[in-house]
Order: sequence, then C-alpha cells, then structure tokens
Amino acid sequence: MKRRLRDVPWALAMLLPSLALIAVWTVYPLVKAIQNGHLRCDVTGTKCRDAGWGRYVDVFKSREFQHALSVSLKLMVLTVPTGLVLGIALAVLADKQLRGIGFFRTAFSSTVATSVAVASLVWFVLLQPQIGVLADLFSGIFPVLKNPGLLNDPGTALFAVALSSIWANLGFTFIIVTAALQSVPRDLYESAYVDGAGSFTRFTNVTIPMIAPTLLFVGVVLTTRALQTYGEVALLTGGGPNPQQSTTTIPYLIYGKNSLIHNDLGTKSAAAVLLFLLSLIFAVVQFRGLEKRVHYGS
Amino acid sequence: MAADTVRGARKAGRYVLLIVVAVIVLFPIYAVLLQALKSGPDSLDHPRSLLPVDLTLSTIRAAWTQGNLGRLLLNSVFVSLMVTVGVVITSLLAAYAFAFLEFPFKGPLFIAFLATMLVPAEVTVVINERTADALGWINSYQGLIVPSLASTFGVFLVRQVFLQLPGEMREAASLDGVGHVRFLWEVAAPLSRPTLGALALFTFLGTWNAYLWPSQVIRGDRAHETIQIGLERLKNNDISKINLVTGGLVVAALPIFVMLVVFQRQLVRGLTAGAVKG
Amino acid sequence: MAYGSGVAQVRLEHITKTFGTGDDAVRAVDDVSIDIAHHEFMILLGPSGCGKSTLLRMVAGLEDPTSGEVYIADALVNDVEPKARDIAMVFQSYALYPHKTVRANIEFPLKVRGVSKTERAAEALRAADVLGLADYMHRKPGQLSGGQRQRVALARAIVRNPAVFLMDEPLSNLDAKLRGDTRAELVDLHRRLDTTILYVTHDQVEAMTMGTRVAVLNQGRLQQIGTPQQVYDQPATAFVAQFIGTPPMNLLPAGMLGSADVHVGIRPEHLELRSDGNIHAVVRQVEHLGHEILLIGDAAGTKLIARLDPSAFVPKVGDPVVFGTDPGRLHRFDAATGERVS
Repeated sequence: MKRRLRDVPWALAMLLPSLALIAVWTVYPLVKAIQNGHLRCDVTGTKCRDAGWGRYVDVFKSREFQHALSVSLKLMVLTVPTGLVLGIALAVLADKQLRGIGFFRTAFSSTVATSVAVASLVWFVLLQPQIGVLADLFSGIFPVLKNPGLLNDPGTALFAVALSSIWANLGFTFIIVTAALQSVPRDLYESAYVDGAGSFTRFTNVTIPMIAPTLLFVGVVLTTRALQTYGEVALLTGGGPNPQQSTTTIPYLIYGKNSLIHNDLGTKSAAAVLLFLLSLIFAVVQFRGLEKRVHYGS
Repeated sequence: MAADTVRGARKAGRYVLLIVVAVIVLFPIYAVLLQALKSGPDSLDHPRSLLPVDLTLSTIRAAWTQGNLGRLLLNSVFVSLMVTVGVVITSLLAAYAFAFLEFPFKGPLFIAFLATMLVPAEVTVVINERTADALGWINSYQGLIVPSLASTFGVFLVRQVFLQLPGEMREAASLDGVGHVRFLWEVAAPLSRPTLGALALFTFLGTWNAYLWPSQVIRGDRAHETIQIGLERLKNNDISKINLVTGGLVVAALPIFVMLVVFQRQLVRGLTAGAVKG
Repeated sequence: MAYGSGVAQVRLEHITKTFGTGDDAVRAVDDVSIDIAHHEFMILLGPSGCGKSTLLRMVAGLEDPTSGEVYIADALVNDVEPKARDIAMVFQSYALYPHKTVRANIEFPLKVRGVSKTERAAEALRAADVLGLADYMHRKPGQLSGGQRQRVALARAIVRNPAVFLMDEPLSNLDAKLRGDTRAELVDLHRRLDTTILYVTHDQVEAMTMGTRVAVLNQGRLQQIGTPQQVYDQPATAFVAQFIGTPPMNLLPAGMLGSADVHVGIRPEHLELRSDGNIHAVVRQVEHLGHEILLIGDAAGTKLIARLDPSAFVPKVGDPVVFGTDPGRLHRFDAATGERVS
C-alpha cells in the first residue's frame, strides 16, 4: 500500500512541467476552439453570439470555407501522389552501389534542409515574371511565365504553390524511401531473380509490398502537410491572386493576413476544428483503407 | 562479352539519369545562389549565363544590413536553443516518471498524453495567439519559446529508451541508495545519449524552421523576429530590389545546410526511426 | 561452527506473498519462516517459480510481504527502504552501469553516501584487490568477460560492508567451467570476509558445495532447512528427497516394499544387487562413467537407478536382476502428503 503512493510526490514534480505546458498550449486551445466554433460574429469580430453546434455546419457550408476546402483538396491531389511517385523514383534510381552515389544521394536529400520560408522564397524569386531565372529560360515555351507570371495567373498560381511544396518535400521523401529500400532483404530479390522475374516484376512484387508500410507513412505525412499548407501560400501568393483567391487554403483562410475572415474569431475557430477533423479522417482512412493491403513483416 | 556491354550501357544510362535528376533538383538552389552572388543588389538583371564567374558579395552584404539579418539569426539561434534545451529537460523528467515511477492512473494518463500528439498546430494557434496576447507575450521571446517547451513526442521517445534499460540496474541503484534525480542524471540520461541527441537535433531544426507560430506571435517587432519570418521583409521592397531576397536566402539557409552536413547520420536515424520497419 | 547458536542476522517470520487478487491470486511465498545466523552461508534452493527469488527480494526490500515480518540484525525492516537496510545485492545479470568504468561502478554506492573522493578510491581499491580486479579499474563493463563482470558486481557489493549479502543466482550466466571455479572463489570469499550470505539458486550442486545450511522451497512452501548433509541424509519430504542428489533418489510407488499409503525411497548408491533383495527388475541401460557404473532398470514400470562399483559384476541389458538394500537406508514418505514417515 505504502509503496504505491510513495512515488506520487516525485511523479507530480517530474510530470508537472510537461503536463502544465501541454494543458495550457494544447488541450485548452483545442477545447476553447471547439467552444468558440459556436460563435457567430459580426464583421469586426467584436460582437459574438452563441449559435450552437449548428454553427459548424454553417461554417462548413459557407462559400469561403467551401472554396478553401476545394483549394486544399486540389493541393493535396497535386502534391501527394506526385511526391510519392517522385520520391520512389529517385530512391530507386539512387539505390545502386555506384561510385560517387553518395554525392547523388546527398543532392536528392538536400531539400530536407529547406524550411517552408526558404523553399517558398526560392520559388518566389525563380517565378518572378520578367526577371525570375525560370521565367527567362522557359518563357519561350510557356509564355505565361513571362507575363503575368505563374504566381499571378489564377489558372496557374496553385500549380506554382504545389511545385514549391513538391520540391521542398522531395528530400524528406527520398530519405525515408531510401531507408525502406535498404531494409528489404536482398535474398528476396535473389529468389525472385532465380524464379525468372524481370526488374519490373521484381519491383512490383517484391519492392512495393515490402516498403508499403513506409509508403503509407509517407503518404500520411504528405497529406497532413498538404492540408496544413500555410507558409507557402503566405509567401508566394498571399492567398491570391484575387479576387479568385486561387490559393487560399484552409489554414490561410484561418491565419492569413489577406483572409476574409481574419477578424472573425468564431468562424476561424470553427474552421480550425473542421480542419482538424478533416486531417483525422484522412489519416484514419489512409491507415484503414491501405492497411489491409500493406504487408507488415513476414 | 555482350552482357558486359549491356551492363556498361545500363550503368552509363543510370549515371546520365542521375545527373539529369540531380541538376533538376539542385537547380533552384543553384539559381538562387548564383543570383545572390552575381548580380548587384539594385540590379534588375538576372545572370545571363549560369556560370559561376564574376562573383560579388555585395548583394549578400546589402541584404544583411537592409534585412537586419544578423539580429534575425541571433533571434533564431536563441529561440531554437532555448526550446531545444527546454524540450530535452521536460521530456527527460516526464519520461522518467512514466518509465520508473509507480503512481495511480499512470496508464490512462500516458494514453491521454499521447492522444495530444494528434492535435496539430493549426488548431491550437488560434487560441494560443489570444492566450499569448492576454499574457502580454506578443512580440516577445517568451511568446516564441514557452508554448513549445514541452513535447509529447519527446516524452514518448525518451520513455521508450528508458524502458529498454535493464530493470535490475534500477533496482541495484535503489539498493545503493541512488535517488531519482541522481539516477536520471548519472545513469538514465547518459545511457540514452543517441536518442537525446536525435531529439535535440529535431527540436532545434523544427524550431528554427517554424513559420506559423512565429508569424502569429511576432507582429511587426523587428527586434524579435526570427529569420524565417523576417526574411519576407526583403521581398516587400519594390521589384527592382528582388535580388536582396536571394542574398537573404543564402544567409538564412546556410546555417541549416552546414548543420545537416555535420549531423547527417543523426538526421537520417531520427527520420527513419518511426517510418521503417526492420 | 555451531550455526543457530549466535544471534540471528536475518529473521523471516511467517512471510507470505500473494500476487494478484481474487481468482487469479498466486501465492508465491506461503508462510515461510527462516532464521539465519551470523556468518552463515544460507542457500535458498528450489526449482523455478518456487518463490526463492521473491523471498530474497523481500529481504532486500524490493518487494513487500503480504503478511509476515522481516528482521535484519534484530530490527524490524518491513517499512525500511532497501538503501537503509544495510544489505548489498548481486543480481543475476550483474546490473553494472555500462557507461561507467569499473572503478566508478565500485565507487558508486560510496559516492551516493557522500564518502569523500580519497576515501572512496581507497575503499574501491581494497574491494577490487579482494577480487583480483585491481588491473581493470579503468575499463568499462563492455570490455570485460562474464566472470570479470561478476566480480565487479561482487566488489560493488563488498565495498558497502553490509551486514548481509544477497545473491540472486549469480552463477547462472557463466559457462560450466567458470561456474565451478567461481563456486570455490565464493566460498573462499565468504570465509575471508566473515559475513552473512543469503544465496538463491536452482542448482543443487551449488547448494550442497557452498552452503552452510540449505533451505529447500517448492511452490512457495518451505520444505526443509538443514545442513547439506542433513538434507541429503534425512530429506523431510519426497520433494526434497528427489530434488537433492544426482542421480535422484529412487522413489518406489505406493505398495512396493511397504504399505499402500507409503512411498519408499532408496538412493542409487544404496540400491544393491542382492540375492536376498525383493525388488525384481529388468536391466534396460548400463552407463559406464569411468569412476562408477549406472545401472538403469525397470521394475514393473518403475525406473530404478543403481550405482555400482566399476569393478563389480555388471549384468547385460535385458538380464533380470534382484535389488535390495539395507533396511536402515530406506526413506518412507506418506503417499498423500509427501512428508517423511521414517
């Protein structure tokens, strides 16, 4: 009896810092945001009224949110499959013990060193109409590059943001998939080879199934990042080009300087909670849906 | 013989592909680097050729002074270090409690703790910004540092390592009269050094690269901006000064590139720890 | 030396330990009382799961008894922390700190108690000398052999100068040859240090060769305490009779050689080929060990082992034989309880 309670004062003291911090900066905000989501505020954000759970449905159905949702989903569709495929392709390409392969592996991993701000600004500079290097090099083929520039054309702005994201995530994806490739036991390949399987067959029947759990993990991370896209938008396009707001993702809707609901606490909170739910749903769906087909060890 | 030629051709083909892809991946970095080193700060010109000749540091220097990059870097270093130290300490303490101490509700508490890992920053920032405001922490170092001082991921990671220490070692120590603090400091932490190192590296990088929270908590106070949010100031000049941005980018990205070259192994180990089975 | 005549250094009174509750409750230790005198080398012997380790840990203070009292040097220590009980413990896996040197490992208990640096170093060196470790002080456990690591664990225990040493199967991680050598070293250590040792093992050879007294446990219950010879010559239960001695005692089924409620036991060395005996068997195996011959026979379904002198006449496999023994060499155990009858 005594033994069980003896540790309690120590446990309290040691857990307090983490628990207090998490309580104040993670748990409380979540709860309060869910509560605030009930509020219906006027344009200045000063007068708010409790409108109950129905407010969440209203926000979800609102034009602003639906538009942001479509932007976020489009971004997701653009970046996740591409990111995965490119990551796999690069990892497979560099998965050979050639001389100097270390240099190439480092090169492919390099974008993992970029932050959101750095990566976004790099592409900002490159895509500037008239003077960006890419604009200059390719404007012959793609005139839009020169005027008004990829970032300022409502048709292409989101593609530009996606491009920046895909490039930035390449390093991360490459490193993880490479590690997964290296963990596949070589004798599986040898056995398939002896059975007469060509490289493509070996790839689809040995490589992909063996690294499937890792691909699932990468997929979830990329999806989460796509849904959380804020910095890229803030730095590249400011949510625009306006008035179409072609690149206003849900996070930008919530936090962006140019966002229409910038001062509306109630709507912001509701949108944030909805974003959270969305991320959860996607994560769960990906895990459930693909887990059945994913091979977890022999 | 024929097989050798085929293999040789394959190898050459692979090299070609590797080079092409490397060029594509590295191009943005190279182009920006070049623009930072070749053109003057006021020039609307971009390099006519892609060769590294006629280099000058004037753009970088101008970016440094105009953008107050020295102060920005200092802020980033300070904030990242403080958060890293804080996370390691709070994680060590909490992990110790979960791994070595017995107390009621330990199990459910840990699960609840883990559940908070699911809550992304995007949800909490809305309210945290108001909390920081209420505390008077807007435009301050506390505002940047304190909310990030605890990490459920860190606690989870360190607890894993602690649980792998032989139970008999803790018992032997307890027989020797070794108290909790001494055991943590002299035995548990030293034996967990690789993991602590990876945690420190990741926390430092994550804090250094953070954009969302700093952008909400620092509003216009140039003295407290981190490099990530201060950098964009350079792009708000008129378009003729766009080259300053490239200068700023070189300064901003360099520390991290260097750090990652130095800590390559830890980085890969940390990234793949959760992702790869076996 | 007459043990039991001095003041008991460790006293266990009616110790019971139950794990779990309700229907899943397991009684690991069931009403065990043991007195251990000064300078004894007391062995807790028994098969896995018999409760011996649990008992040791209760003396250490790593577990609390469900009921019963633990006394060390006449003081009740039930509520006393392990570090305050004046004991030292050597664990099965040695539990050394891998990142500290041998010296730091040995010094650690002293460091914790605030002993000065110079005194610590001197004490550590003394303990290391006793165990022949003086040349290894600067190494780390990872650079030592199993036997050396075990000695470091011992040195760390010695340096505390405790009233009682507790050892939990310290030899089981060593290979057979090393085990034999270390056994002798431990006995020698006991003599030199003149301390009290409480030692847990499942190996009856260790028990017989090292202990001054042996406490045999099975399924949480104390079967018998006595000197090795006593336990061997006069086993108190059928369990003890068959656990101690290699090859094990022959236990005849009820009815053979006695009444129906009694099992009769005969040690292999007392089972003789006699024309006047009344156990009829058929030879199944003959094992020549060099210094003796083991004759394994089948008496109506019961396996019998007899030790024969190598020069004796050896029957062939398949031969019918007759076994007999000195009546004084018979052990009788109650068929129901296993308790010794005579």
